[in-house]
Amino acid sequence: MLLLKELSEACGVSGNEGTVRQVILDAIRDRVDEYRTDALGNLIALKKGNGKTTRKVMIAAHMDEVGLMIMHIEKEGSLRFHPVGGIDDRVLLAKKVLIGENKVPGVIGAKPVHLLEPKAREQVVKFKEMSIDIGVSSKEEAERLVKVGDYAVFDVPFVELGGALRTVKGKAFDDRAGCAVLIELLQDRYPVDLYAAFTVQEEVGLRGARVAAYSIAPHLAFALEGTICDDLPKKGDTSPTTVLGKGPAITIMDRSVIADRRLVELLIDTAEKNGIPYQFKQPALGGTDAGAIHLSREGVPSAVVAVPSRYIHSPTSLLSLNDLENTVQLMRQTLARVNDLDLTR
Amino acid sequence: MQIKEFLKKLSEASGVSGYEAGVRELVREEFSQYADQIRIDTMGNLIALKRGEATQAPRRSIMLAGHMDEIGLLVTKLEKGFVRFSTVGGFDLRVLPGQEVIVHGRRDLPGIIATRPPHVLSPEEREQTMPLDKLFIDVGLPEEELAQLVRVGDVITLQRQFTELAGNLVAGKAFDDRAAVACIAYCLQHLATMKHSWDVYAVATVQEEVGLKGALTSTFGLMPDIGVAIDVCHGNMLGVPEVDTVNVGGGPAIAFGPNIHPLLYARLVETAKAFEISYQPDPTPGPSGTDAWAMQVTREGLPTALVSIPLRYMHTTVETLSLKDVERAGRLLALFIASLDEAFAQALGLKSE
Amino acid sequence: MKELIKELTEAYGPSGNEDAVRETIKRHIAGHVSEMRVDALGNLIALKKGQPQSGIEPRKIMLAAHMDEIGVIVSQIDEKGFLRFAPVGGVNPLTLLGSRVIFADGMIGVIGRERPEKPDEFPKIEKMFIDVGAPDKEHLTRKVGDMAAFLRPLADLGQRLTAKAFDDRIGCAILVQTAQELETTPHDVYFVFTVQEEVGLRGALTSAFGVEPDVAIAVDITTTGDTPEAYPMAVSLGAGPAIKVKDRGMLAHPGVKNWMAETAERLGLPYQFEVLEAGTTDAMAIQTSRAGVAAGVLSIPTRYAHTPSEMVDYNDVQNAVKLLVGLLSGPVKI
Repeated sequence: MLLLKELSEACGVSGNEGTVRQVILDAIRDRVDEYRTDALGNLIALKKGNGKTTRKVMIAAHMDEVGLMIMHIEKEGSLRFHPVGGIDDRVLLAKKVLIGENKVPGVIGAKPVHLLEPKAREQVVKFKEMSIDIGVSSKEEAERLVKVGDYAVFDVPFVELGGALRTVKGKAFDDRAGCAVLIELLQDRYPVDLYAAFTVQEEVGLRGARVAAYSIAPHLAFALEGTICDDLPKKGDTSPTTVLGKGPAITIMDRSVIADRRLVELLIDTAEKNGIPYQFKQPALGGTDAGAIHLSREGVPSAVVAVPSRYIHSPTSLLSLNDLENTVQLMRQTLARVNDLDLTR
Repeated sequence: MQIKEFLKKLSEASGVSGYEAGVRELVREEFSQYADQIRIDTMGNLIALKRGEATQAPRRSIMLAGHMDEIGLLVTKLEKGFVRFSTVGGFDLRVLPGQEVIVHGRRDLPGIIATRPPHVLSPEEREQTMPLDKLFIDVGLPEEELAQLVRVGDVITLQRQFTELAGNLVAGKAFDDRAAVACIAYCLQHLATMKHSWDVYAVATVQEEVGLKGALTSTFGLMPDIGVAIDVCHGNMLGVPEVDTVNVGGGPAIAFGPNIHPLLYARLVETAKAFEISYQPDPTPGPSGTDAWAMQVTREGLPTALVSIPLRYMHTTVETLSLKDVERAGRLLALFIASLDEAFAQALGLKSE
Repeated sequence: MKELIKELTEAYGPSGNEDAVRETIKRHIAGHVSEMRVDALGNLIALKKGQPQSGIEPRKIMLAAHMDEIGVIVSQIDEKGFLRFAPVGGVNPLTLLGSRVIFADGMIGVIGRERPEKPDEFPKIEKMFIDVGAPDKEHLTRKVGDMAAFLRPLADLGQRLTAKAFDDRIGCAILVQTAQELETTPHDVYFVFTVQEEVGLRGALTSAFGVEPDVAIAVDITTTGDTPEAYPMAVSLGAGPAIKVKDRGMLAHPGVKNWMAETAERLGLPYQFEVLEAGTTDAMAIQTSRAGVAAGVLSIPTRYAHTPSEMVDYNDVQNAVKLLVGLLSGPVKI
């Protein structure tokens, strides 16, 4: 999955997705009939249907990742920052970041254990108390390398871990995994007009999907995600959010959407008929672009299919290439049948 | 128009979210001096159009938004001659005890948010903040008379006189966001002496404090090519870390982040530098909390920007700012608007007609 | 009208699964409206076309009441067949203890609870489970994602009624009754029965975009301040339907609010003004649709909201119908 590596290592924090967009455009340019970039930076590509269809299907995968923004440069050269999108303070300490267009390396420092009182080690350090060290000793030196407003990403190279699940680790699988799936899907032509929307700013409020859905005005939609895979051993745990290796996760309900029952049934039926493993994402957790799309104009029946990814919204995430490929398979087979789905009520 | 006089009038007027009529008239009077057309939409937004000179039709347009509503209170219940109330917009309840108000009943009634004198309170009671259901307003009237003049749902505004401080600083209520309305008026005044190609929609929006509602609906109706919100941001204050503020008197803050189109940011900064207007970068990593957040995702979306006036003690009746910053922001906007041309529209990728 | 109210409150319809409620309403409203359609998310939109009356400007009016109720969704199933669940909408954990719930196919379950760590610990949903009485997991027919609603029959206390889901089946009943009693109107009146209000006013958002009304009135419940040590509020059961001034999500259009009050006074109907501290209605979503809609709310005072035993006053309900019929029969004065 060379493309997943390139996608994962590209830098694209919410509001600054340009580099990722370029990678995707280079990959799909020759596969689609039309494409455009809208006012917010969404990349919207159309692959026309191969029949006499007029049905429009929108599939969204978001290009942005959570990251940091440089807010202030202290007199002695260290950088104050603020998360962009939801990041738990506890994953930030002692991590490496790359700042700005020039990918200036920095580290989020943490007080050495030797100098900490035992009590202090039990307290969560808030991001406001942290700073990034880029190796300079004055504000002037810092300003030659970075500026206030620069975006920073976690410095995490993509690595294949192998094994029966063909696991890989890297950053931003939420949602470069979804982007990778969507790029694969664009290889084929389907009985419906496929609008592939590579959206921006999902992590700060499903912003790109909202305007993309308005302009596309689809008949139905799918969101492709890299979703919570919380299968660590826990007390009293019988069915975690999703499990690595058990296949694409289908959403029934999360905090942003109640998936259209007919689309969910179509997905299940397609998986079973084609021998594709699948699982259900535990209800009532998380939100995706489908949350914005299904409320567009007069409403759009929508569903969410996701690749289980451990440790999303932290620097390094993990997924199984088996799950990724099964997600492509499930979507491919579903798109082949979705034109016949009766959407009348 | 003098910024100070206009701001004083706006500040002392009553216009709580949802009930902006009182301040809207003042805005209409002022904007109509520079506008070709004025109308009020369903929610109560005041929309003034100043036409540009470009010959293509339809002309490109820019929308400026500054909200005219203020936070305030609302009567919820009359109890034994006292008035219970709810808040409209975001309040720190701690600034309320002892605050003077006006209850807009059948007539305007001055009142006080009641506090019990320290002598009758235990030390523990004095350590606690007073929750909403323990606060009352006293207008000094007996129960029967109160019932004649005041009913559930009547609006209450906070009372404060506009004050001039040293060095061009002024203090008062509702500078959030009437300072922006004054700034827009100043901008229009400037534009009247300049050439500009694009149409300018100057919108005094309603109900920003309760959910950016006026911006959502006015933008939907106008669908401008670009939108710029003008609001206030936190000015330097004792006890607040530098990372969270900009300098009062340091010039308008120009926001940068997901809510802002990078080309608009670049053009604003370029304009400020070219005309030597002091400005301050304002990194905004998420929702800006202003009308720009609503404008950006209306319909198919539009490029947006945010210019803010540094303000201390936001959402109190002693909001404090520098008149120089208001003036600079107004001038910056006028010069920015004058620079808008078709080449810029192409650079933004705006559809050709 | 009590029969209609009973049928509606006892129907199964947690957010996203409103089919049964919709079918019931369709049966009662057909014949009293010119056309009906169901949109993409499941909203039922019924139009009573206006008949021109000289001197009255015809407007497009949208009335909204939501069909969905709060409930629970199965999130995990353990080895013994006990069902863990998450809330659908704002469910107060206290109301779950000892409650019975019912699934779409009629299966009934009871809610149990893990032994609390401390005796006075506040009950948490994560520590509860549903027991449908299956002998073991193999014999269980329930799946992750199944939704259940509270099970509670309506009780007629005379002037007052108590049931689950008066929020907002009472609004639905009022709309149906209004459609039946309103013989002619100069306006195009859209009776919109919305979905998914409890999870974010979602049906109202999309239906309003489609209908494009000039004026909208949502009919929903509000709480009261007349029970022991209640949050201070000037609304009481039996003092008439409430005209909303403000709630947590929106400020009613002053013109609509005043039009409602003046009409009530003209018709000699009791009414009260309402400011609700916590909670909102479909009107919030409708108000900011497209370029804005003049929106208000007619609220039915309800004690014990979001519990399985909500209580309304039957006179308030009937007066609400009279007020709506009165409003729709004359000019819109906002």
